[in-house]
Amino acid sequence: MQSEASLKIAIVDDSAVRAAILEEGLREAGHRHVIRVEGTENLLERIYAIDPDVILIDLENPSRDVLEQMFRVSRAVKRPIAMFVDQSDSASIAAAVDAGVSSYIVDGLKKDRIKHILDISISRFNAFSRISTELEQTKSALTERKVIDRAKGILMKRKGLSEDQAYALLRTSAQNEKKKIAEIAQSIITAAELLK
Amino acid sequence: MTARNKLRIGFIPLVDAAALIVAVDRGFAAEKRLEVELVREVSWSNVRDKLNIGMFDAAHLLAPVAIASSLGFGHVKVPIIAPFNLGLNGNAITVTNALQKALQDKAEGDLADPKVSARALAAIVAERKRRGEPPLNFGMTFPFSTHNYQLRFWMASARIDPDEDVQMIVLPPPFMVESIKSGHVDAFCVGAPWNSVAVDLGIAHILHFVSEILQRAAEKVLAVRAPWAKDNPDALYALVYAHAKAAAFIEDERNRDEVCSILSAPDRLNVAPEIIRRTLDGRLKVSPDGKYRESDRYLMIGRRGAARPDRAQASWLYAQMVRWGQAPLSKELLLSARETFRPDIYDEVLGGGDLPPEGEPKDGVGAFDGPEFDALDLEKHLAPWKLHRR
Repeated sequence: MQSEASLKIAIVDDSAVRAAILEEGLREAGHRHVIRVEGTENLLERIYAIDPDVILIDLENPSRDVLEQMFRVSRAVKRPIAMFVDQSDSASIAAAVDAGVSSYIVDGLKKDRIKHILDISISRFNAFSRISTELEQTKSALTERKVIDRAKGILMKRKGLSEDQAYALLRTSAQNEKKKIAEIAQSIITAAELLK
Repeated sequence: MTARNKLRIGFIPLVDAAALIVAVDRGFAAEKRLEVELVREVSWSNVRDKLNIGMFDAAHLLAPVAIASSLGFGHVKVPIIAPFNLGLNGNAITVTNALQKALQDKAEGDLADPKVSARALAAIVAERKRRGEPPLNFGMTFPFSTHNYQLRFWMASARIDPDEDVQMIVLPPPFMVESIKSGHVDAFCVGAPWNSVAVDLGIAHILHFVSEILQRAAEKVLAVRAPWAKDNPDALYALVYAHAKAAAFIEDERNRDEVCSILSAPDRLNVAPEIIRRTLDGRLKVSPDGKYRESDRYLMIGRRGAARPDRAQASWLYAQMVRWGQAPLSKELLLSARETFRPDIYDEVLGGGDLPPEGEPKDGVGAFDGPEFDALDLEKHLAPWKLHRR
């Protein structure tokens, strides 16, 4: 019997970073044959050429519909592919869709043999989306910090305040107006621009 | 109904999502106390899966996918019902300039006649085979799609085997134009606006409106899970009602500018209103040199009974699944396929009896070719076909 590690896995993902994260996860789990497929041109032919046992694809990828064609028994299809679904296990489908990944396997491949591949995909996709969210938050925190610094500078210059006093004034105004400090800071900058 | 119903509904950016989009964006759904979040999707597989697992309450769905889902072909078996037909017809077959010219050279008669065009195509296919050239590639949107069946039905009429003589390739609609440009496909069958986009770029001709192949073909439906329908009758009825109002609004020409502008929004179809207008008017530029073709059947959203789910069309779609080897033929499956379409719910909400007026095909579909279609006796209809994958 073919060992788990020898399964050939193709990753179709528009996000190169996410594909790399997933590939790394699969390699850590001992999978040696992981191939990333990029772009949309002639996708089916390229996948046939790889002849994978398992295909993982992100749900934001319109090419998902192209893979559905491989279910069909026709001249073009060498090995029919089935979506990895278990009629009894709707929770796992929901988890995969929620994470944004879908998987297809060669017909006849025992589903329990690839269950852990799907689990890795789900956790890596979730990790990626966590990282993206964090990155977004860090970016916006950085922007906010810059805005607040600029507003502090304006207050210090115009009102002759110390840095601490300027920040305290921003914070009090924010509390009074039930707004974020960054919002108050932004309106100070806008006002200063207008009054230039 | 007292509480507001919050619904998430998935759609693919195509003109035949018009009734859904207008129902929401023009306020017909809100009038019925429905709070709808429309979610634009990138693939039919996504729409199907999200509907199946309950991430969507309803969806703009390919009619054959709704049926396949109820029958359990292609993926998980989930009973889906279609209480409202979002559109009849609306697809077109578009070919590269080169293929158009080749067809013209081979045509014995008017190329607008699908019999003539299919025979011309057969001559080209035979010639390519003799010369050892690769088969022509045809793009379509999904294995379980009207596009797939309409292309097959058309070419098989001239004894072209769609699985042997040409290559049928699934392509997401937004990739169609690029694929014809790059030479990846020689032709495609897709809904609006993609055919017009290709013609406008000067790289392709619209060969046929699919209404020339079949006068009435259920294209997209409003789909919900059967258990959801049972648990949420109020929301379901409100949804059907709002869709009927939207369909009537769309079909009234006085509202056309407004409808086109609603549909063209960036988070809806995101294409120029003028291109959407051609589809709704049924007047399409069919060749880069500016020829137009007009049909009152191009995309039918509510007129002439188009919105009422017609079980004869469910039968026809299931018959194509059988003919091309996607499903076996049985009485039980035929019954399930037919029961996916729910004219009874439509009638209950809208007062019933919106039957096709005079002049519509008696068999419910009006195909240009083939043995008589009896929606209740598919064996009789399918037996005479020489070409099939049963």
